[in-house]
Amino acid sequence: MTVQELPGAGASHRATPPPAWRPRTEAAPLLPDPEPYRVLGTEAAAGLDPELMRRYYAELVRGRRYNAQATALTRQGRLAVYPSTVGQEAAEIAAALVLEEQDWLFPSYRDTLAAVARGLDPVQALTLLRGDWHTGYDPREHRIAPLCTPLATQLPHAVGLAHAARLRGDEVVALAMIGDGGTSEGDFHEALNFAAVWQAPVVFLVQNNGFAISVPLAKQTAAPTLAHKAVGYGMPGRLVDGNDVAALHEVLTEAVQRARAGGGPTLIEAVTYRMEAHTNADDATRYRSDAEVEAWKAHDPVQLLENELTARGILDEQGIQEARDAAEAMAATLREGMNADPVLDPMDLFAHVYAEQTGRLREQADQLRAELEAEDDA
Amino acid sequence: MSTVTRPGVKPATMAQALTRAMRDAMAEDPTVHVMGEDVGALGGVFRITDGLVKEFGEDRVTDTPLAEAGILGAAVGMAMYGLRPVVEMQFDAFAYPAFEQLISHVAKMRNRTRGAMPLPITIRVPYGGGIGGVEHHCDSSEAYYTATPGLHVVTPATVEDAYGLLRASIASDDPVVFLEPKRLYWSKAQWSPEAPAAVPGIGKALVRRTGTSATLITYGPSVPVCLEAAEAAREEGWDLEVVDLRSLVPFDEETVVASVRRTGRAVVVHEAAGFGGPGAEIAARVAERCFHHLEAPVLRVTGFDIPYPPPMLEKHHLPGVDRILDAVARLQWEN
Ligand SMILES: Cc1ncc(C[n+]2csc(CCOP(=O)(O)OP(=O)(O)O)c2C)c(N)n1
Repeated sequence: MTVQELPGAGASHRATPPPAWRPRTEAAPLLPDPEPYRVLGTEAAAGLDPELMRRYYAELVRGRRYNAQATALTRQGRLAVYPSTVGQEAAEIAAALVLEEQDWLFPSYRDTLAAVARGLDPVQALTLLRGDWHTGYDPREHRIAPLCTPLATQLPHAVGLAHAARLRGDEVVALAMIGDGGTSEGDFHEALNFAAVWQAPVVFLVQNNGFAISVPLAKQTAAPTLAHKAVGYGMPGRLVDGNDVAALHEVLTEAVQRARAGGGPTLIEAVTYRMEAHTNADDATRYRSDAEVEAWKAHDPVQLLENELTARGILDEQGIQEARDAAEAMAATLREGMNADPVLDPMDLFAHVYAEQTGRLREQADQLRAELEAEDDA
Repeated sequence: MSTVTRPGVKPATMAQALTRAMRDAMAEDPTVHVMGEDVGALGGVFRITDGLVKEFGEDRVTDTPLAEAGILGAAVGMAMYGLRPVVEMQFDAFAYPAFEQLISHVAKMRNRTRGAMPLPITIRVPYGGGIGGVEHHCDSSEAYYTATPGLHVVTPATVEDAYGLLRASIASDDPVVFLEPKRLYWSKAQWSPEAPAAVPGIGKALVRRTGTSATLITYGPSVPVCLEAAEAAREEGWDLEVVDLRSLVPFDEETVVASVRRTGRAVVVHEAAGFGGPGAEIAARVAERCFHHLEAPVLRVTGFDIPYPPPMLEKHHLPGVDRILDAVARLQWEN
C-alpha cells in the first residue's frame, strides 16, 4: 500500500478524535480537608455528648496507665518488648469504641491498647510480647485479628473479611490500623485498591505518629498527606487531629456508618505523635529533638479532653478521681497477671501446626517427649 | 492402568478434571469461592476455571485486581470469616509477590492463634517447564513451599489424581499449595466425571509401577517421564518400580521406604534444581531409614542448579529418560 492509498490520506485528511473518555470517579469529594479536623477547643465542642465523653475520658486515663504499666513490665524483664502508645491513646481508643460488637478490628503490633479498649483481657493482650504464645486470645471471640507484626500485611485480611461478610449478608465492618511507615508497603496499596474495587466495608486508620522507628514521614512519602493517597484508589481521604478524641470519634463513626451502609472504604489519617521511643530498645534522642517532643506535650490527648470537659462542667474533680482509681485497679490486675509465671507445655509446640499431625511432627514430638523425660529423670 | 470399564468413562484431560473438581466442590459447598486473575469470563489463562463464573456468578468466581499479595491476603480474611477460597496464581513465578502473605500468614495463622483460626485456603499454582514458555513461566517452585511449615504441598500426575487431590485440598482445613504440572494439563486418560474415583487424601504416595531392580521416586510432571524410563529400562534388563509421591508435605515415608527396602536401590527424580530441592530431603530420609537395605547410594536426577533456561535450551535442562537411565546404570550393579 502506498502512502496515497492510506485511508484518510490526502487533502480530505482529518484527524479523528479519541473515543469518549471520562474519569471513573470525581476527585474533589474524595480529597481530604487541608487541615486536620478538630472538635476540642472549637465551637463544635458545644455539641459534645457528655455521657460519651466521660466514657472516653475514663478510657483515655486507663489507656495512659496501661502504657505506663506495660513499659514498667519491660524494665522488670516481664515483657520482652512493648511499643508504647503514650500520646496516641485517643486514636487507639476511638478505633475500638466506634465499632459494634459484630465488627472486626485488625490491629498492628503497636495497637495492644485498641484491643484492650475493645474488651480484650489486658493480660491476654500482652502474651505476644511476653513470649508465651503468639496470640494469647481467640480472635473470633473478640473479633480482633491477631496483632500483626509484619507491616501492612493485615490490611488485605481486613478487606477479605469485610468482603466475605458482605457476601454473606452480614452488616460487618472491618477497621484496620497501620502506622505511617507501613503505608509505604505494597500490601497497603493492594489492600486499598481491593477495598475500593470491591466496595468492601473497611475503614483504614493510619496513625501518623511522625516516625517509622527513626525515619520521619518526609523520607517515607512525597504525598501531600497520607490521606491524599485515598483519591488514587477512588475512596474518600480524611485528615483528623489524632489527639482529639471527639474529632476522631466523629470522623471514624461517619466512615464506619458509610461502610456499613454499603458506601465502601475510607482512608483516615490521624495526625498524632509518638511521645516515647519506638520500643524500649530504641534511642529516640538520635533522631528527634526535645523541643519537638515538648511542643507535642502541650497537645496531649488526655489533657485536651480533660480541659474541655472540666471547662464545660461535664467532668469534675470527683469524675477525674474515679477515672484514676479505675485505672489504678486495672494496673494492679495487670501487674499481678503478668507477674504470675505462665505455665507452658513444651508439647504444645506440635499442637497447632496442622489439623492432623503429620508423621514427621509425631516423630519430632516423640523426640522432645523423650528429652523431657530424660531431663525429669536427671 | 486399570482397564476396568466404568459407566461414563471417556477421554478427559487433566485440565477438565481440575475444572470439574472445582465445580463439584462449589456445587456441594456454598462457602467455596474461586478467585484470581482472569478466572471469570476468560476461564483463566489455562482455562481451568472455564465456565465456573457462568454457573456460580461473580460473587463466587471473582476476577480480582492484578495483585498476588492482595489476592492471597484477601483470601486470608475471607477464610477468617468462614469461606473456603480457592486461589489461582497465574503462573509459578508470579506467585512470588504473594510469598509474604503465604509464609507469614497463610502458613502460620493456625499456629499463631493456637488452633482457633485455621485457614482452609487452596492455592493453585501452574508450575514447571516443558511447554516452551518464556522466562518466568516455567519455574519449579516446590522447594519454597515444602520448606515452609504449616503448608501442605501436593501435585497430581494423572487425570484421576488431579480431580481427587483437588477435591481433597479444597476439603482440607489447612492451607494447601496445589501445584499443577502445566505440561500435563492436556494429557488425557479414560476418566469418568460422573463417577470419579475415590479421593486419595493428602499425604498418600502411590506405586505407579511395580518392579524389583530399583525405585524411581518422583512426582508431578516427572511421573510420566519416569514411567517411560521404566519401560525403556526393560531392554537393559532392569525392572524399575515407580513411586508417585502425589504429596510432598506430608511426605509418605512409609510407601517410599517400603519400596526401597524391596528394591534396595533408589533414584529421586524432579525438575526443580537439585541443591536444596525436595530430592535432597527425600534422599536423606531414604538413607536414614533404608541404610541396611541399600545396595547403592541414593542418587538424584534433577534440573540443573540454574534459573529456568530459555525455551530452546530447556530440553537440556529437564531430566529426561536418558538421564534417568544413566543414573540407574550408576547404581553399582555387580556384574
Ligand atoms: C515488613 C516489615 N518490615 C520491617 C519491619 C520492622 N519494623 C517494625 S516497626 C517498624 C516501623 C513502623 O513504623 P510505622 O508504620 O510508622 O508504625 P509505628 O511503629 O510508628 O506505629 C519497622 C520498620 C516489620 N515489622 N515489618
